[in-house]
Amino acid sequence: MSRAYAMNDWYAVADAQTLARGARRTMLLDQDVTVSGTPDAPKVIDDAGRTYPAQFKYGHVWTCLGDAPRSLFDIPEAAEQGRRLVPCGVVRVKCSPLRAVENFLDIAHFPFVHTGILGSEPHTEVAPYKAEIRDEVDEVWATKISFYQPQAAKSAQAGGDTDYQYRVAAPTSAVLYKTCPPKPEAMDVIAIFVQPRSETECDVWPWMALYDDTSDFAGLVQFQQEIFLQDRSILENQRPVKLPLDPKMEIPTRADLTSIAYRRWLKSKGAFYGALTEDA
Amino acid sequence: MSNFTLYNYVLSGNCYKIRLMAGLLGVTYDTVAVDFYPGLEQRSERMLALNPAGTLPVLVAGDLILSETQAMLAWLATTHDPSCTWYPIKDASLHAQVLQWLGFSARLTTSVGAARLNTMLDWPVDVEVVRAASRKDLDELELLLTDRVFAGQTWLVGDGPTIADIACFPYVALSPDAGFEHDGYPAIRNWLYAVRSLPGFVTMPGIHPLHELREDGANG
Repeated sequence: MSRAYAMNDWYAVADAQTLARGARRTMLLDQDVTVSGTPDAPKVIDDAGRTYPAQFKYGHVWTCLGDAPRSLFDIPEAAEQGRRLVPCGVVRVKCSPLRAVENFLDIAHFPFVHTGILGSEPHTEVAPYKAEIRDEVDEVWATKISFYQPQAAKSAQAGGDTDYQYRVAAPTSAVLYKTCPPKPEAMDVIAIFVQPRSETECDVWPWMALYDDTSDFAGLVQFQQEIFLQDRSILENQRPVKLPLDPKMEIPTRADLTSIAYRRWLKSKGAFYGALTEDA
Repeated sequence: MSNFTLYNYVLSGNCYKIRLMAGLLGVTYDTVAVDFYPGLEQRSERMLALNPAGTLPVLVAGDLILSETQAMLAWLATTHDPSCTWYPIKDASLHAQVLQWLGFSARLTTSVGAARLNTMLDWPVDVEVVRAASRKDLDELELLLTDRVFAGQTWLVGDGPTIADIACFPYVALSPDAGFEHDGYPAIRNWLYAVRSLPGFVTMPGIHPLHELREDGANG
């Protein structure tokens, strides 16, 4: 197990609603921690009483266990006027935190796992798109993705081609931008903040920043939860449990470009927590 | 035409019982999304006014308000199944056996259902107690279903599917969500397959459709 790289990243460990109900005892990178306080003054401590840095951003408390924290990535859309910010609670998944992110980046499974919502047969083809590691920002991006979706969002009235962009801002945090049905000139933002409890278990905090003035809050949350829980049983059955980073271990297809870039990026950084590699 | 309104949470096995029964009977209805998690909206003043127990689902049909899933299944079957096969009230023995299984389904909610909420959403429960109860309930069901197989039967009661099967199906089908795989339960697996093969079957997250293997689109 190599926690070295992971230690200096930030992780979501609670949302405002959790804090309001009292302290949350949880696990991060195999270590027990307790999250308490308020969004204005969040507090993260371990059982020995050591305090860790904590900040409240994008609806969640973020903490870092390492001595040299990197800066927490920016999601500029979070500050845009008119967006509804929707935290979707937390879901525990018995899988590698990296597999949770990789699944989030995958389009090809939509027609089979999210049938009738994010995809449908026979519209299964993934058209060519672009995936790249952007060295200047140290992120993975996938762009120029278009996919037919029966119901792209809660606000969608009918099926249609949806444009997507993916952004991996940190090894366990990813953001997707997709066509916003009621406001075609803008993009909806959906993120997952993955809290690695261990290398094989994680708590996933989905979060959205949407243009949607008509759906009720419960409807928005359930739309996202339904999609995410459709993935859960698949994720828990993926083998090997840890994400293989070495090219020899799995044979990707053209539709897996984002996954290939993501794995290559993790390997180049030495981000091995939750990964399977000969380098570790 | 909508026959009733279901106050619904998409990940709830108990809400799914009603969606499934309605799907099998071809009954149309409206849903109202309730933020069960993370919002705990079922305990809000508005929802407590409808159902003081603070649970989901709640079914509203005109003046009728139901908050117990067994009652909802019975109501759906009696109002929409003129043949009385789904809820065989005209046969005292079959009727009593169905009620017996409805009781068992309530046990499943407090065992497997609670274990699942804990594993999935970190719901506060007595983990050891509910996990032991889950194992016991699944073992018991496996044994009873094995007896049914030896008797040449597929369903829990009588010769065909009843509301007993629908009441027990969701939390058994969803038990892998709580880490209870079906591998060691061959009789349960057969029975789950039979329920999933029913015309009008609907899915929920964690319960997948049967793949269409035959060219005519029939499951099998």
